[in-house]
Amino acid sequence: MTSEKVIEVKNLVKKFGSFVANDNLSFDVYRGEIFGFLGANGAGKTTALRILSGLSKPSSGDVRVAGLDIYRHAEKVKKHIGYMCQKFSLYEDLTVAENIMLYGGIYGLSKKIIENRASTLLESLNFTSYRKNIIGSLPLGMRQKLAFAVAILHDPDIVFLDEPTGGVDPITRRQFWEMIYKASSDGITVFVTTHYMDEAEYCDRVSIMSEGRIVAIDSPDELKKRYGASSVQDVFVKIARPSNYSPNNN
Amino acid sequence: MRTILYLIRKEFIQIFRNKFLSKAIFGIPIVQIVILVPAVTFEIKNIELCIVDMDMSAESRQLISKLQGSDFFLLKHTTFDEKEADDMLHADKCDMILHIPENFGRNVVREEKEKLMVVANAINATSAQLAWAYMRGILQDYNSELKVRSMQSNTPGRLSLIETTNRFWYNPSLNYKYYMLPGILVILVTAIGLLLAGLNVVREKEIGTIEQLNVTPIRKYQFITAKLVPFLVIGLVDLAFGLVLGKILFNIPFNGSIAMLFLFAAFYLIAVLGLALFLSTLSSTQQQYLFVVFFVLMIFVLMSGIFTPEESMPLWARRFNIINPTAYFMRVIRMVMLKGSGFADVFQDVRGIIIIGIATISLAIWRYRKTV
Repeated sequence: MTSEKVIEVKNLVKKFGSFVANDNLSFDVYRGEIFGFLGANGAGKTTALRILSGLSKPSSGDVRVAGLDIYRHAEKVKKHIGYMCQKFSLYEDLTVAENIMLYGGIYGLSKKIIENRASTLLESLNFTSYRKNIIGSLPLGMRQKLAFAVAILHDPDIVFLDEPTGGVDPITRRQFWEMIYKASSDGITVFVTTHYMDEAEYCDRVSIMSEGRIVAIDSPDELKKRYGASSVQDVFVKIARPSNYSPNNN
Repeated sequence: MRTILYLIRKEFIQIFRNKFLSKAIFGIPIVQIVILVPAVTFEIKNIELCIVDMDMSAESRQLISKLQGSDFFLLKHTTFDEKEADDMLHADKCDMILHIPENFGRNVVREEKEKLMVVANAINATSAQLAWAYMRGILQDYNSELKVRSMQSNTPGRLSLIETTNRFWYNPSLNYKYYMLPGILVILVTAIGLLLAGLNVVREKEIGTIEQLNVTPIRKYQFITAKLVPFLVIGLVDLAFGLVLGKILFNIPFNGSIAMLFLFAAFYLIAVLGLALFLSTLSSTQQQYLFVVFFVLMIFVLMSGIFTPEESMPLWARRFNIINPTAYFMRVIRMVMLKGSGFADVFQDVRGIIIIGIATISLAIWRYRKTV
């Protein structure tokens, strides 16, 4: 982790009609870190992540990703990022090898590089024997790991993961996080949304969102210290509770 | 360019891995051609005729035997009771009543003037009109025979009847199969273009894979091209398949240049695919898309002149056909196949379809958004 900023967000606002999904967000993410984006369902995590990955346009605010302004260089940004969303996005009717070949080709990698990287990543995942299997025939955990591997196939600066471990068993989740650590140690910045609080403990820094705002941002240890909590889970419950649930409201 | 090739390859793998689709692409043309080409005909044979002959003269019998001799009429019943004949028409037991009044024979010979009454069931206006046209033809024929006979008996020497002979150019035997097969092929190609390509894109939206493509640096024109080319190829292959089938099954003539037809078909498919891709950007579910395309397809095909000649449509409908790509293809495929028209004959249609193609493809590229 360095002090070089790969994501800079200043006063980001995203409105859908009168509903404010992202209310004046400002934060930075540094190269090589694992940045956890926490929040309850509907807190605005996915909205922010979609803006950062170029799938959605902000209503206002300054956003720079991989050093590029997302308004002016939306398409250039896409060469530098990887993306994997909660909805599984590899082609289910293609084989493992065909998916890898397709995305490698889209990012303009040469056939030789794609084949080299494919065999390395399949070996590291112990998936070599599944090369010719249709994705749809593989179990969910395996697909999620593959989707992640494909998302970083082109060696991006940043990879965005939107609830990547949703619905996955604990063992696979653990293996998934090992992949995240490996990617991070290779210099890829990992931007991950989750609502599993144990996963938040694995992050270098986390931000906690509530009702479209960032209510806390720091390393898990600092947050625990500041709020006198024993885990990020406790911190989360203390500060991320939506206002209409608060007893003070009555 | 390489990106496009990777994407096209993916589309082909997906289409041919889909067990149903890969069979349907070749199964549907067979079913369409085998069923529709021989079935859809405007020709009317065996019009069931009920005759009320109140005369029973030599002349009336002559007329009746003339009707019986024709392929078009089938004498179902003869009666003296008008009511019985009316009842038969009501009960749909006959299609037409010919009423021959009393003294018909005497009057035509002596006064040279007589009236017949024909009643036709016009629930289907087209077939009633056709039946009436056949009937009138036979009556006129009979009428002139009578005239000649009476004049010959009064004047010395030979008097000849003006005989008209007609030839039907481009389809001499008036074989409706020759007329329908090109039309059915147009429907086939149009359906492939509009349905397969559009549904493919909307399906990617539904399952979410399009989002994964949208976060990549893929360009809009690359996406559109990759979605267009596979269905262009399939459409042309199906057209070839249909033509071969038509030749084998119905011996359909092909008088023009095959290359010319396929070139035009390619332009046509690009125009239709552009429209399909444009419409797919407006729909978020396959249900929505199908609903819209069903109407587009119906309007395009029915207005194109497949069943009813374009020339007999109202002016506004003919004007609409300026933007109806199917009307261009319908015209060109029949001209090229039956008439052997060359490039110079269809030049205006080629120009028209290219303009429509540029318009729809531009719309599709413009409307395709990588962000929502």
